[in-house]
Amino acid sequence: MSGRARPDERSLRLEAVTIALKDRVLVDLSLTVEPGTVTTVMGPSGSGKSTLLAYIAGFLPPAFAAAGTVALDGTELTALPPHRRRVGLLFQDALLFPHLSVLGNLMFALPQAVRGRERRARAEAALAEINLAGYGGADPATLSGGQRARVALMRVLVSEPCALLLDEPFSKLDADLRGQMRELVFAAARERHLPVLLVTHDATDAKAAGGPVVLL
Amino acid sequence: MLRLAPYLTIALLIGPVAAGILGVVLPAFGYLPTLGGTEFTLAHFAALIEMPGLAVSVLLSLAAGLVTTFIALLIVVLFVAGWAGTPLFRVLHSLISPLLSVPHAAAAFGLAFLIAPSGWLVRLTSPWLTGLSAPPDLLVINDPLGLAMMAGLVVKEIPFLLLVTLAALPQTDADRLSHVATSFGYGRTAGWMIAVLPRLYRQIRLPVYAVIAYASSVVDVALILGPTTPPPLAVQLVKWMNDADLAMRFLASAGALLQLGVTIAAIAIWRLAEIGFAGLGRRLAVGGYRRVGDRPVRAGAAAAMGLAAAVVLFGLLVLALWSVAGPWRFPDALPRGLTLDGWMRHLDGLARPLTITVWTGFAATVIALVLTLACLENEARTGKSGGDRALAVLYLPLLVPQIAFLFGLQVLLLRLGIDGGMAALVFAHLIFVLPYVFLSLADPWRAFDNRYAEIAAGFGKTPAAVFWRVRLPMLVAASLTAAAVGFAVSVGQYLPTLLIGAGRLPTVTTEAVALAAGGDRRVIGAYAIVQAALPFVGFWIALAVPAILYRNRRALRPAL
Repeated sequence: MSGRARPDERSLRLEAVTIALKDRVLVDLSLTVEPGTVTTVMGPSGSGKSTLLAYIAGFLPPAFAAAGTVALDGTELTALPPHRRRVGLLFQDALLFPHLSVLGNLMFALPQAVRGRERRARAEAALAEINLAGYGGADPATLSGGQRARVALMRVLVSEPCALLLDEPFSKLDADLRGQMRELVFAAARERHLPVLLVTHDATDAKAAGGPVVLL
Repeated sequence: MLRLAPYLTIALLIGPVAAGILGVVLPAFGYLPTLGGTEFTLAHFAALIEMPGLAVSVLLSLAAGLVTTFIALLIVVLFVAGWAGTPLFRVLHSLISPLLSVPHAAAAFGLAFLIAPSGWLVRLTSPWLTGLSAPPDLLVINDPLGLAMMAGLVVKEIPFLLLVTLAALPQTDADRLSHVATSFGYGRTAGWMIAVLPRLYRQIRLPVYAVIAYASSVVDVALILGPTTPPPLAVQLVKWMNDADLAMRFLASAGALLQLGVTIAAIAIWRLAEIGFAGLGRRLAVGGYRRVGDRPVRAGAAAAMGLAAAVVLFGLLVLALWSVAGPWRFPDALPRGLTLDGWMRHLDGLARPLTITVWTGFAATVIALVLTLACLENEARTGKSGGDRALAVLYLPLLVPQIAFLFGLQVLLLRLGIDGGMAALVFAHLIFVLPYVFLSLADPWRAFDNRYAEIAAGFGKTPAAVFWRVRLPMLVAASLTAAAVGFAVSVGQYLPTLLIGAGRLPTVTTEAVALAAGGDRRVIGAYAIVQAALPFVGFWIALAVPAILYRNRRALRPAL
């Protein structure tokens, strides 16, 4: 784990973040997500939920105008290029890289500090953790929807992010699976003391997350 | 470096065209010091107007540009309007699409071998139907009105216009619009024409203009199928440009400007017709004219489409047959025997043009692909695309008649001492390969789901790592297809090879066209088949490589 911050600084803080498209202000908020907790941002489609995540991750399209501070682990993010922000993303699609095997997907995500044989061992251990030991060589396209969602979660976890941004990650799963995945994701975040920002239009997501809810 | 790629690409597209036009403007007005022209004068234009047959040449070029584009576009539009989404549409589409890669010259030879007085059609129907025992004395190909030439152009324009139409269709919301129209009681074709065509046409206008420009200044097809006394303007210009009397270059330059004017006039006339048709269409739409009974129109469109495909396919077949034909007397439907003698005899002669063709195409395609990837990657990183103006720049080398600027470019390269070499030839091909590679790759590249890149960046991957390890591997198939398109374009180039290669670098294409006058069908068949086969090999590789590379990756495996 990164030793660059004291535990109390490992929160995700947004201060006076405003995002506007032309003259329309989509987002205007300040909030702090404590480590190990989930803050839910809710709003109808087109309200700028995903845009907020794009701003935090560093992918805001140039058409938008944004201002405000985003601090993670005590570091100001907005000045950093996306690949140095260390925010893990989960979308409603698993988005496993189709040209890599399942194991390849996990190894791709591992931090560079993990070297040599350790990479493979870590990736295989991660697969075992989600009950997919033996699936390492599989083509991601052959997995079931639930398996893909689990691999996507494990992939982002092994990359050792400092925060998780979830963009409607459960909306494409069927009802049974949705409950399981929610539990899995929130438990993993708690266990790793990650601050989690969840955007959704589903009130049951927010309820399951158990943290503060912000309406856009 | 990456930031410079768009500027370099734009310079490569605009530079040669601008320099080439300047290179004919000056001599056209009498200024070419190396040939003693130091004073500006209009004398060369005066001489040009006095040339016998000039008016007919100009009219032939204008007609070829406008008539062929109109017929091809009409067939494509009526076919898509009447049949999109039906099984017949899928069958004909899969038959026609590969024909796009058949070079113009090969398709023209195929047509000639079919419809000539001693061609396959007459042979197949003689003597039992026609009663002929000797070829009829008719001027079917090289007819003075240019009908054979126009037919050859139409069958090649149809696959191109079909491709651009189908590429633009998803952006027009065609299905829903035409369903709405049908629910108002409009016939399928009429509803489509009123609801979808106006939107669609806006998207395909530049490719349509490119077809007009091409057809109004074509050289290779005109040499094979076109009239000879007088020929279309561009063919006449090539003769003057290659004249031993260097003073003819002044005349040729004035002619090149005239060709530019003819093409501009053709596009202008088309533009006026566009406005007229749009007005007519609006009046019909407001008038509620429904034209429910569109069966004859639909049937006609499908028949025309099938005929166009059949002409090219059977043309290739008869070319292949001639290349291995033993004795084949008129009016036998088939040769008396098959032999590889012709191939063996010409293998030596083929080797050098084949090598030059492949290397030129390969080099131009690789450069074009690298530039295109650099531009698109820069676009992906900055989030800014060039927009409409960039699109117009891409089309510039396709909208300006080749002959209007290649001649000037040749003179310029000559002055710089770099004409006639492989580097110059690759450069000349690149001007035409680059737009096609870019246009083929831009859509799939821009459609890439950028969330993959965002996820990878979240894993700490630099933009370079995202490009090499995520974007490019996922777009291998699209990149190779674009490369195959570029290679096919290079293989088909006649005029750039002839002018910039200065006759010292023969390709399969220039050799095949040069053989046209000789009339030895076995040699022509062999060269044309090689010319047509090269692009197919390119497309085959573009399919095979991802199929092997991703044999265990279902999502990325092309459907073979």
